[in-house]
Amino acid sequence: METIAEQPAMAPMGIDPMLPSQYRIQGVRQETDDTFTLELLPVGSGNGFSFAPGQFNMLYVFGVGEVPISISSDPDDAPAIEHTTRVVGTVTKAMRLLKRGDMLGIRGPFGSHWPVEDVAGRDVVIVAGGIGLAPLRPALYRLMAEREKYRKIVLLYGTRSPEDILYRSELEHWRGKFDLEIQVTVDRAASTWRGNVGVVTTMIPRAPFDPSNTTAFICGPEVMMRFTVMELQKRGVSAQHTFLSMERNMKCGIGLCGHCQYGPVFICKDGPVFSLDHIAGLLSKAEV
Amino acid sequence: MTIQTLEPIIRANPFFQGMDDRYIELITGCAKNVRFSEGQVVFREGDPADQFYLIRSGLVSLQMMVPHRGLTTVMTVGDGEVLGWSWLFPPYQWRFDARTQEPTHALAFDGKCLRTKCEEDYDLGYEIFKRFMQVITERLESTRLQLLDVYGNDR
Repeated sequence: METIAEQPAMAPMGIDPMLPSQYRIQGVRQETDDTFTLELLPVGSGNGFSFAPGQFNMLYVFGVGEVPISISSDPDDAPAIEHTTRVVGTVTKAMRLLKRGDMLGIRGPFGSHWPVEDVAGRDVVIVAGGIGLAPLRPALYRLMAEREKYRKIVLLYGTRSPEDILYRSELEHWRGKFDLEIQVTVDRAASTWRGNVGVVTTMIPRAPFDPSNTTAFICGPEVMMRFTVMELQKRGVSAQHTFLSMERNMKCGIGLCGHCQYGPVFICKDGPVFSLDHIAGLLSKAEV
Repeated sequence: MTIQTLEPIIRANPFFQGMDDRYIELITGCAKNVRFSEGQVVFREGDPADQFYLIRSGLVSLQMMVPHRGLTTVMTVGDGEVLGWSWLFPPYQWRFDARTQEPTHALAFDGKCLRTKCEEDYDLGYEIFKRFMQVITERLESTRLQLLDVYGNDR
């Protein structure tokens, strides 16, 4: 297996990766108090837009600015795409005000992807924290679309409170299919919450997977990912089969500007999905 | 159910992994099967802590009444996990309420009995404390992560 998830074509041939394509907003879904999903369709044919689970786009709010956001929809629905994001800065605040029919510029897709095709015949454990579930959602779609190829699929999802659970109805739908083990936990809850309370890492020791034949996909805050890695390693999941999606301040999306340098790699070009053995030494380094 | 049937269950739990046979036998003598219905109180804050539990199936919430917030769940304990260490440390009183979220099947261990046996046999005491310290360490680590509020806007 490659140490970096093999990259598909970044953008259709002949398309300038610095030139945004126009997308029209088909809908805006409020997911939680501070998180929303944009449903987007390309204006025109979409120029053959396709993406792999884990890749991201640069979303341009005209006259405001551009931000990198992971694609969170089903890859098989492309060129229709969805982006789930939290309101955190100027651009995402402006983005939240957009309505159905408004336009956005999109560059991408960029970066590496979850190696979904390489994990056939294995258990797959997906550990998501907070909005980190969004970049993993396309992987879940792809895994569920070809469910028979994989052994156990386990989703461990931790978030701040019950009100912050993303894609709630979808999680319930998947849970009802009985071929995907879903465990959700929250960091804090009133007594009315009928589920787990505690950090997501506490679910790893007893999660139903065979560590010797497991591939892990992890996405969430870096602290959460570090502790998740430790717990997975305690269970015996190898670094080679552990993949993380990293986040830094990406600007160009194609490894030219250097804003997202992470030690010897660029998150936008070499990542955002890395195998643990490729970046293990960097995870706990404050300097990077 | 006879005491003998509990021994393999206790031995198989990771919490007791590697423990000497004679101690497993002794601990089994302090154990009994218990069942709680959904919403039942297992123990209450301030009550004497004279037992601990190994959850065989189910889910138990540790809760605390917080002014202006109401009854708040600080953590849950589920299948295969240990519930309760206040029986080990003076003043031997529960610090939280424990209430089941679903029908729960557990082993209850007589803490008073075990405390006495630990005083009589320091090797047993060390084995017990070593295991509880591991649980306490893991929960302290989890609590620190919860306090960091990593899912906030700082990602």
